[in-house]
Formats: sequence, structure tokens, C-alpha cells
Amino acid sequence: MASRETLLNIGLALLLLVLPVIANYSGEPFYVTLATRIAILSLAAVGLNLALGLGGLVSFGHAAFFGIGGYAAGILATHAFSGDPLIFGLPGTKQMLIIWIVAIAAGGLAALLIGLITLRTSGVYFIMITLAFAQMIFYFAISWPAYGGEDGLPIYVRNAFPGVNTLKPLSYFLVCYALLAVGLVLFKLFQDSRFGAALQAARQNEVRVASVGIPPYRIRLVAFVISGMFTAVAGALFADLNRFVSPSMLSWQMSGELIVLIILGGVGRLFGPVAGAALFVLLEHWLGGITERWQFFLGLILLGVVLFARGGLIGLIAGRARHG
Amino acid sequence: MAEPVLAISELRKTFGALKATDGVSLDLRPGEIHALIGPNGAGKTTLINQIAGTLKPDAGSIRFDGADIGGLGVAERARRGLGRTFQVSSLAPEFSALRNVMLAVQSVQGSSFRFFRPVMRDRSLTEPAMAALERVGLGARAHLPASELSHGERRQIEIAIALALGSKAFLLDEPMAGMGPEGSKRLTEFLDGLRAEAPILLVEHDMNAVFALADRITVLDYGRVIATGTADEIRINPEVRRAYLGDEA
Repeated sequence: MASRETLLNIGLALLLLVLPVIANYSGEPFYVTLATRIAILSLAAVGLNLALGLGGLVSFGHAAFFGIGGYAAGILATHAFSGDPLIFGLPGTKQMLIIWIVAIAAGGLAALLIGLITLRTSGVYFIMITLAFAQMIFYFAISWPAYGGEDGLPIYVRNAFPGVNTLKPLSYFLVCYALLAVGLVLFKLFQDSRFGAALQAARQNEVRVASVGIPPYRIRLVAFVISGMFTAVAGALFADLNRFVSPSMLSWQMSGELIVLIILGGVGRLFGPVAGAALFVLLEHWLGGITERWQFFLGLILLGVVLFARGGLIGLIAGRARHG
Repeated sequence: MAEPVLAISELRKTFGALKATDGVSLDLRPGEIHALIGPNGAGKTTLINQIAGTLKPDAGSIRFDGADIGGLGVAERARRGLGRTFQVSSLAPEFSALRNVMLAVQSVQGSSFRFFRPVMRDRSLTEPAMAALERVGLGARAHLPASELSHGERRQIEIAIALALGSKAFLLDEPMAGMGPEGSKRLTEFLDGLRAEAPILLVEHDMNAVFALADRITVLDYGRVIATGTADEIRINPEVRRAYLGDEA
């Protein structure tokens, strides 16, 4: 029999698919865009959830990977538009599939370099050093005039996906939704695998993991790299949604937002990021329409979750997490 | 005489002015239980920590299974067959007893970098782990989270983990602590049989268990070895009586 959490997850997945389709055919394309935002932020947070939820690695610098993915899309599209070669005479591209691969590779490489250093620390030091690295990349982007600097970089026409008209809001939503689905399936597989067992055990008790002969550092490093890859591909999607990349994607506020999404939805829970992103985006839309100070109310909700519902929305509805 | 499985020589470790380990040499031979006793603060756990690799000695050598392991980390020493239990149980609290032991099985089988196959449906992991838990008498409680088990049961999980590791030597740090008399008696019988599988370096305060089990006993006081010998030799050693045993033995 399926557990309560599984049923809840299936319900959330269906809602996120069906509502935008209904909105689209009732002439409300704006809600399709809202749902696309939810799907993309969910994917970015699924990435962070691997490191933070399963591995206990509270990265306050995941905007770095989100932004790197965004700039990968922006820079490749810019070169495709202008016809100037990128490096080594290679051209830019408008193909999302290639852009995603570049984003994943760049995000993974950045996560490897950052992880090699930051994972030697833990606790507050880890939080601060991941933040420091993300800020370095943020200031680099601001001061690099070739790709817009502070003003950011426009993507004039949304990049292409074979067989799909990505300019139609619903089509682009479905592309993002499909990628989110792939991300969630991979997260679930990793969570239940040997790798996931070692990663989650290292969060609970590092000494125990080392004492059975598994080196926690290497496990965490691989988790951090995969986590960065997920968040980077979400960044590329986000850039294409807005048809614009700017240093704000790399900002510490963005890193904080990703953490907030996970806490709202449920740390380490498969659909925590989806529930959190949906709540966040809908609050931003509804409360933001009533008052500019909507984040005050977000703060209150966050406070309530931290004090009274540690498992986030998912935990509130489906109860505590269980491990075999 | 058989080559010792574990041999430490002239090990030294100081914390500031405190000589926690002061030129300790001892060895562990195949098939024996070697008990390490001494008053609180004598440096028993510090010594175990240096053998297992959690602490780095200032000087001295540690040979295990024919190789110098002094430069290796905790994980590598465990992979080579040093099975260690902790004075205060150290488990993954959210995981079930079974999953705690499965972690050891997975380590023995090689890489933890396998990303797709669910562990709970992998009988090559669950079966050996269950077998180890049944050996320590915890089969019926295998699916409860470690945090919900009693103190004594958590110690049993630690021993099951060391068994599942297929250890070539066991370092047991006060395995009887927190167990009732019945539990201690069962564990004593169990360890008695275990020595045939791999030798045991046993730190223990329960003198009944120590005198019942130990082939040899080493007594530590202020980081130094003050005596080594058979149970009978230690029982009558005047220095040991003064430092530790008092008149109870």
C-alpha cells in the first residue's frame, strides 16, 4: 500500500501539471508562467535538497550554481545571436539540449572546486565559506562588462528545443515540468541507493560512517557536485523563462530563497522543494498583490514552520520521515 | 608463537602537560582476548582511539595484519579489518538497526558510489546484515530506529556492525556498559565464542567478565603499562591491587 507521503506527492505532481493546462485553455497564460517558475525553482531546490536535506550540508551559496547555469544559457545564446565565436572558434548555440549540458558541466565543475575547499569545514564555517564563494562569483559577474556586468544580459528569443515551440508558455512549461520530473526521479533513486545511505548516515553520524570504512568527505563531495549540477540546469531554464540573466541570480538573497523553499516544504523530503516553491511563488503573487511588504508575512510563516512544523508542509500533512 | 595480528610499540600521546599515553607497547595474538583495564582516566579509550585512527599519536608505531597503519585514516583502517565499538554508542540514530548494519555490509562489498539500486531491495545487503543482528540476538528488533532502542541494544548493534565488517580484530570499548546482569552474562558467552573468529582487545570495567574471558590482561595507569600477564598473575600483582583492583578481587 502506498504511504500517505506517496499519495501526497502524486497529488502535488498532478496538480502542478493539470492546473497550468486548465489555465492555458481558459486564456490565463500568466498562471502558466507562474507554474513554470514553480517548476524551475523546485528543480533548483531539489538540487540543494540533495546536499542540504540528505547530506546535512547547509550551503548558503547555491545561487552560484543557479547563476552559472543562467549565464551559460545567456552567453551561449548571445554568441549564437551575434555570430561571434565563443572560445577556440566554437560558436554559440540556441539549442537548449546543448545549453543544458554546458550548464551542468559548468555547475558541476564549480561545485567540485568549491566543494573541495568548503567540505573540509562544517557547521557555521561551511555556511560562511559557501556564501563567500558565491559572493566572489557575484562580484565577478557585476564587474565583467563583456556580458552586461551589472545590467545583465538579455536573451532576445527564447532558446529552442527540438520539436517544441518554446515560445508558447504551455510548451515551455511542459519542458520544465519534464525536467523537474527527471530531477525528482533521480533524487529518489539516489536517496534509496548505497550512495544515499552513506550520505544520509554521514549527516547523522560522521564518525560511524568512517568507522565502517566509508570516507565521508568523498561521499559529500560527490553529493555536492551532483547538487550543483541540478541547480545549474534549473538556472539555465530560469534564464530562458525570463529571457534575461543578471547578477541577481547569483546573489545571496537567491541562495537564501532556495534554503527557505526547502524549509517551507520539508527538509530532505522528496517533494519538499515542490511544496515549498509552490507556496513561495503563490504567496509572492497573492500577498505581493496586496502589499509590497509580503515578505514580512513569509517571515511569519517561516517562523511558524520552524517552531511548530519541523517537517515543513510535507511533514505537516504526511507525518515524520521513515527510513526502512 | 603465532605472529601478532596487532602490535603497538612505544606509543606516546600528550594533551598539554597530561601524558595520556606514555610509551605503551602491547600486542594482540590470533584467537585471544586481551583485556585492557585501569582506573578512569588511565588512557584506555585514548589508546583505542589511536589504534582506530581517530587520534594521531605523537610517537610510536602501530602494525596491523603485517603492515604499518600509523599513517592511515579511520576509514582505511576499518576497511583493512579493524572493527571498533564505541564507549558511548555511535550509530546513525534515524536509521533502523538493520540499516546501520547494512552500511557496514555495503562498505565491505566495495564502493558506496552506486546510485540507482534501492538498498532495501538488495538482498546482498539485507541478508548478511540480518544474519549479524540475529547473531547478537537483535533480529526481532531489526526494523526499529536506533534512537528508539535501549542502551544495551545499541551496544549490540555496534557489535553486529563489527561482525558484518568481517573484522580481523575487534576493539571493544566497554561493551558491557549499561547492560543488566543478564545481558552481561549473555554477552560474555558470546565474546567467549567470538575470539575463535578474530582476536579481541577488550576495554572493560566489569571485572567478572574480564577475569572470565581474558587470556591476557594489560593494566594501564596514568598512561603507562604497569603490568601485563594472565588473569591469575594480574590478580595477585601488588601494584595492580594498589592502583586499581583494591581488595575486591
